[in-house]
Amino acid sequence: MDLLPVALTIITASTPLLLAATGELVTEKAGVLNLGVEGMMLVGAIAAFAAAVSTGSGLIAILVGAFSGVAVAAIFAVLTLTCLANQVATGLALTIFGVGLSALVGSNFVGISLEPLPQLNIGVLSTIPILGDLLFGHDVLVYLSFLMILLVGYFLSKTRSGLILRAVGESHDSAHALGYSVLTVRYLAVLFGGFMSGLAGSYLSLVYTPLWAENMTAGRGWIALALVVFGTWRAGRIAFGAYLFGAITILQLHVQGWGINIASQFMTMLPYLATVIVLVFISSDKMKIRINAPQSIGKVFYPPR
Amino acid sequence: MRIKSFLREILAVFTIATISCVGVANAETKVGFVYVGPIGDHGWTYRHNVGRLAVEKALGTQVKTTFVESVKEGPDSERVIRQLASTGHKVIYTTSFGFMNPTLKVAKKFPNVRFEHATGYKQSKNVGTYSARFYEGRYIAGVIAGKVSKTNKIGYVASFPIPEVVRGINAFLLGARSVNPEMTISVVWVNSWYDPGKEGDAAKALIDQGADIISQHTDSPAPLQVAENRGVKGFGQASDMIKFAPKAQLSAIVNNWDNYYVERTKAAIDGSWKSQDVWYGLKEGMVKMAPYTNMPDDVQALAKKTEDAIRNGELHPFSGPIKDQTGKIVVEAGKVADAGMLLGMNFYVEGVQGSLPK
Repeated sequence: MDLLPVALTIITASTPLLLAATGELVTEKAGVLNLGVEGMMLVGAIAAFAAAVSTGSGLIAILVGAFSGVAVAAIFAVLTLTCLANQVATGLALTIFGVGLSALVGSNFVGISLEPLPQLNIGVLSTIPILGDLLFGHDVLVYLSFLMILLVGYFLSKTRSGLILRAVGESHDSAHALGYSVLTVRYLAVLFGGFMSGLAGSYLSLVYTPLWAENMTAGRGWIALALVVFGTWRAGRIAFGAYLFGAITILQLHVQGWGINIASQFMTMLPYLATVIVLVFISSDKMKIRINAPQSIGKVFYPPR
Repeated sequence: MRIKSFLREILAVFTIATISCVGVANAETKVGFVYVGPIGDHGWTYRHNVGRLAVEKALGTQVKTTFVESVKEGPDSERVIRQLASTGHKVIYTTSFGFMNPTLKVAKKFPNVRFEHATGYKQSKNVGTYSARFYEGRYIAGVIAGKVSKTNKIGYVASFPIPEVVRGINAFLLGARSVNPEMTISVVWVNSWYDPGKEGDAAKALIDQGADIISQHTDSPAPLQVAENRGVKGFGQASDMIKFAPKAQLSAIVNNWDNYYVERTKAAIDGSWKSQDVWYGLKEGMVKMAPYTNMPDDVQALAKKTEDAIRNGELHPFSGPIKDQTGKIVVEAGKVADAGMLLGMNFYVEGVQGSLPK
């Protein structure tokens, strides 16, 4: 049994989860709970696919996908931050809206096939046996997902702006009293979340399964949301969680193929079971969750007159 | 989108209003369709919708069709079916197994409406059922696979362990073993009819384990697309998917409801409609094979020969001797599997790897 192809498949399965979770991490750290990840991913997926079909350019497609995610996130931002709508209800509505909108736009793109994004060949590095394939033979979005989680981790813990963003998420009233613009910070955080969800959607329709199919995210947006909690709002743990989830999904398929007799339903359930167990584990230690969970998450900020 | 049929409804009201104004009332029959998935799935529901369009084309102004897509199986579907029945639809097609009991329940309340339920097994005076013998196509696909495969290993992406799917797996392997007794099948269950990402991952896993033929009983073209990218061969599901895999698709088992829908709708209009239970195959044209592509000429000829033999009844895919996984003979030499065994199939034939989930 060759483990290399398994590892490669795990990377492709984990990348969309990691991209979307990175965006949601920033959004939640700023104190906004956006449950519309699935919807933003779907809109990103169809927009990227449509752009790829009509322009033939992978780069344009990725940008269009990402910024469509931003556009949908902007709707959410206006409704919850300016109009002060309930974040949970608006987020759910956003997902349903995204499912419908992407299906409507996508009806013209059903049954079209696409060449997947080319793999980057980083000179001689790609030709190193095993390591070359494992580390240097991917498409641009895989590298971007690593880069983004690293940058976000650094941004949140080591930079002044990151601390301001966290302050807004911890206590918007205090941040406001200190003179920071809570709304500006939150707008940017929500839009960044949309950008990353759009990228995750683009990855699905351009690389993962290069086609458009209605509702093709199939719940990955929700997994990304769970991942943020699973990783207790820490970049490193989220990256680990994304790969753990990806690995379990792929391994359960291999286990079946090998003919090992474990109920496939049980294996399908495993990632979610793992989430629940981790939730119980982190919640049992009150300090652990208190340190990382943004205190103002989901709360509406009424700007004082 | 329900909104589509809603808009069409409004449009229809306007049209009818206009027509009645000038006094040429048109006696059109309303025909309803209930779909389990989106018409854009490019598989199961897509083909049912092609059938609906065929009805519109064949019967023109005699009919007006409505469809409701992505209807959940269970109580939700009952509401949708009742809605269609109470808004003057005279024929209603419910196109998923899980719509069976809701259809029967609504049918009792509307004795003058004709119901047609796909893949079910319960009929009543105004509920007929219809299904297709997809396993005939699977057998042909198996024969092709047996000839084309070099690793002697087939990867099968499956949805749920129900008799319909198990029958397909068995028919595929019986076909493959009829030309190459070394063939085996590995099955991966994805527990979904429709999850392109997971279907594709399953295909990747199977190819990584040495399968060089991919077959699927799920609704998206993703597994076939993976086959194309990895340079192995595969088969389309429910509709011709050659656009997704111009180099990999060997053929596809195409569901063809067009003629059935046209005939039954006609029968309902002229009053000759009677409840029936049909299970049509290649012979009646409900199962069709997409063009045989990407294979040597002799394999193509063999595939055509097999197709003809099944069509004119010379060959039954489940002809004995058939052994199950334990080596026990389940169909004796010279006999064919009876309808009961086919409809309730709950065992793997010899050569399928792994055990069947219960």
